[in-house]
Amino acid sequence: MRVVVDFDACQSNAMCQAEAPEVFEVRDDGFLYVLQEEPDKALRAKVEEAARLCPTQAITIDG
Amino acid sequence: MGLSAPKTMRIAVVGASLAGMRAAETLRRHGFGGRLTIVGTERHWPPYDRPPLSKEVLGGKWPLERGLLRTELDPGTDDELDLRLGRRAIALDTTARTITLDDDTTVDYDGLVVATGATPRTLPGVQQTRGVHVLRTVDDMVALRADLDGPAHVAVVGAGFIGCEVAATCRQQLGHPVSLVETLAAPLVNILGEEMGELVAQLHRQHGVDTYFGQMVTGLEGTQRVDGVRLVDGTLVRADIVIVGIGVTPNTDWLEGSGLVVDDGVLCDATLAAVGAENVVAAGDVARWPHPLYDGELVRVEHWTNAAEQGEQAARTLLALLGDGDHEAEPFATVSYFWSDQYGTRLQLVGTTTGHDRAEHPEGGVTAYLRDERVIGALCVNRPNRTIPWRRAIEARAAWPVAP
Repeated sequence: MRVVVDFDACQSNAMCQAEAPEVFEVRDDGFLYVLQEEPDKALRAKVEEAARLCPTQAITIDG
Repeated sequence: MGLSAPKTMRIAVVGASLAGMRAAETLRRHGFGGRLTIVGTERHWPPYDRPPLSKEVLGGKWPLERGLLRTELDPGTDDELDLRLGRRAIALDTTARTITLDDDTTVDYDGLVVATGATPRTLPGVQQTRGVHVLRTVDDMVALRADLDGPAHVAVVGAGFIGCEVAATCRQQLGHPVSLVETLAAPLVNILGEEMGELVAQLHRQHGVDTYFGQMVTGLEGTQRVDGVRLVDGTLVRADIVIVGIGVTPNTDWLEGSGLVVDDGVLCDATLAAVGAENVVAAGDVARWPHPLYDGELVRVEHWTNAAEQGEQAARTLLALLGDGDHEAEPFATVSYFWSDQYGTRLQLVGTTTGHDRAEHPEGGVTAYLRDERVIGALCVNRPNRTIPWRRAIEARAAWPVAP
């Protein structure tokens, strides 16, 4: 699966990081960094939940 | 009994905005294949997401369509999905397990999700029919945006989050002269305290908003169309458009006589199961529940992430109540989260400030709210990378001093 972030919609709310810190991190510069663009399938549930909890719907999961 | 006989089971979700939709999606995702009826007063499907209505969509940065909520539900292929849009539930009988709608039809259920949200309060005694607005639904936004097309003095009554954001959008994105009126001494003061409330007040003043704080509104002037806001000290604030953001009341009138306990929302237990009836759960702005992180204190949260998260959890609780052995009813102990963007300043509030006895500044841009020497909430201003560490401290009920 591939994690795709719309950085125009992303507002660094960090709900994704709360849900899946292995994949998402908002850093000191205030920007979201995707730590693993193709996470292991074991992380699927957390990544999908992160996408649902993003308040600006900035995360899409491909595949 | 479990979900192995899904075709005969019926679940109703009353409320088709974020909480209701997420509950419905969660039911489907967790294997509920039975009849799923969703009742909602708004006609649009998927529903519109509310936060952009006071920001990107109102300000013209996004077209309306971009403000729709993504949904996993597919009315086109889900034969057991029954959408009753543009319909209002007017009564509930939890003994007979029947909901009555405003078109005199009824919906029978085995399980029920109450997610009817809340309605904006209005100023009492308002005579004018034109120029006075609230902002909750897309219809509200469309009407307001039409009114804002062209020169206009805007007065925002109520400096809570909605009022502040609308004031900022009207002032900065749309360029209108704006007055911001608030009964309390500063914006957001009952949530953020005096110091941070004053910071928000400064933000608005720096951007040229005329502020009237500590001022109660006694009435609106104008005949058919509003032309001013009268304050208790006699001041008349000139306004062609008045936007009222003085809070919301939970939509629970329809539950009178239903058996559910209504007390500033639908009273639930810690798992979001509604008190007073079987197989009923509540989620979102309408739900009041004992929060495990705050010693079981009853809270009702009006924030986006709460609606999304509670929609999901209420669905799981309902499945457990209906006898699905794969699901357990678990306490909802999630740390609340709220964000607000005003003039490019990012406010993020993790946890709660209710009942705080003091506030500290442990690091730049962060205000920690303490109660009995434990961190219950944290406000981060332009420090988005700090919300997660402070969230963890709140989850851990960390004792002060805390340096996450």
